[in-house]
Amino acid sequence: MITKRIIACLDVHAGRVVKGVQFVDIVDAGDPAALAARHAREGADEIVLLDITATHEGRATLLDTVRRTARELFVPFCVGGGIRSADDAAQVFEAGADKVSVNSAALADPALIDAIGRSFGAQAVVVAIDARRDPHTADPVRDAQVFVQGGRKPAGRRVVEWAREAEARGAGEILLTSMDSDGMRTGFDYELTAAVSEAVSIPVIASGGAGTVDHFVDVFGRGKADAALAASIFHFGVSSARSLKEELERAGVSVRLPC
Amino acid sequence: MRVTVIDYKAGNLTSVLKALRHLGAEAEVTDSDLALVENAERIVLPGVGHFQATERLDATGLTVAIRAAIGRGVPFLGICVGMQWLYAGSSEAPNQAGLAHFADGCTRFPQSGEKVPHVGWNSLEVRPGSRLLAGVEPGEFVYFTHSYKAPVTADTAAVADYIEPFAAAVERANVMGVQFHPEKSGETGLKILGNFLAWEGQGPA
Repeated sequence: MITKRIIACLDVHAGRVVKGVQFVDIVDAGDPAALAARHAREGADEIVLLDITATHEGRATLLDTVRRTARELFVPFCVGGGIRSADDAAQVFEAGADKVSVNSAALADPALIDAIGRSFGAQAVVVAIDARRDPHTADPVRDAQVFVQGGRKPAGRRVVEWAREAEARGAGEILLTSMDSDGMRTGFDYELTAAVSEAVSIPVIASGGAGTVDHFVDVFGRGKADAALAASIFHFGVSSARSLKEELERAGVSVRLPC
Repeated sequence: MRVTVIDYKAGNLTSVLKALRHLGAEAEVTDSDLALVENAERIVLPGVGHFQATERLDATGLTVAIRAAIGRGVPFLGICVGMQWLYAGSSEAPNQAGLAHFADGCTRFPQSGEKVPHVGWNSLEVRPGSRLLAGVEPGEFVYFTHSYKAPVTADTAAVADYIEPFAAAVERANVMGVQFHPEKSGETGLKILGNFLAWEGQGPA
């Protein structure tokens, strides 16, 4: 039986994992290669590395980080942040990524999705969508808006429509982050996740708001997510993917165990 | 051990090469050098994306060279689209013939309400006697990402179930294929690639 995926996310700045920590005085959460290997060993089904530097000067550092991280990693490995062209994507693949995630660059030039998919296959293109409900309309979920620049600026697109377009252009997966829930640890945006998941045939990865095991149970249940992303709960041994999955299995969610 | 990896410009070879080298293989890549295929000790044909991309194998003469190598008993492993290519063809690209080493054709998952593509970790039901999947225990998981699949037949080495049962692996004498990505399937995947690299061969099919 196909299992629900638990994806570990590493936010990387200048070659170090920096976020996903609640302890403010420990900003540096470690070496991406070491942490990715640990997550994979502890049962993560996939690793996402997001470069939050994403500057031109940072590209060489990022590629080096991707290369080091990929070297001993034998689970799917997705890299995002600052990928603005098919050439950028090609470099990241060459360094060892299996998938790239594109966000604002795809909104600025949707043909980027087609271009990467043509060269590397749809399975290699993840379209990341930062979403916020629109509280001013009768249907805040249907009218949820896409945001760029870390959630500061509306992109002028509805989330569900953009997800559909991304699929039509050849995206292999959607990574949906609820800006309303992100960092709150109060649960995923289940209704929005379900609305996107029902609108497309490709897998939807839910992100933003994970705080407890029950949140994962719900996002796979009424959220209809195919996978869920988690960053902070994995760092510093707070919880491991394995222990999370053992609890999910007890709750009736199909997961990859033993792992 | 030396492995010749075929590049037909269908996606990224980095992960496959990395896994083979991690297991101690000396992996060389060719996109057109027929002499490398003629002298190959083992051949791996990876591949993601569209079945149509396999037309490049015909155009470069690699199809003929690979067929001859298989005939000499060279161990061959096709991965994902590389496995599908071993069949007569795929409804994804009806005018593009496969190698037809296995008679059937590949088809898209039927409409069912379930998502297509099939993406993620799924379990294998390994059939007795598979050398490629030796040591893979019931319930071990591997990573899939595909919309088209091969039917379950006598040559099927492992069955997976998504919407309906399909061939997760195929094996006849020196010719093997896996629909999943062993290079992305953790320790289970490395074990399977290791079995392929360790297999001593027993002559042509």
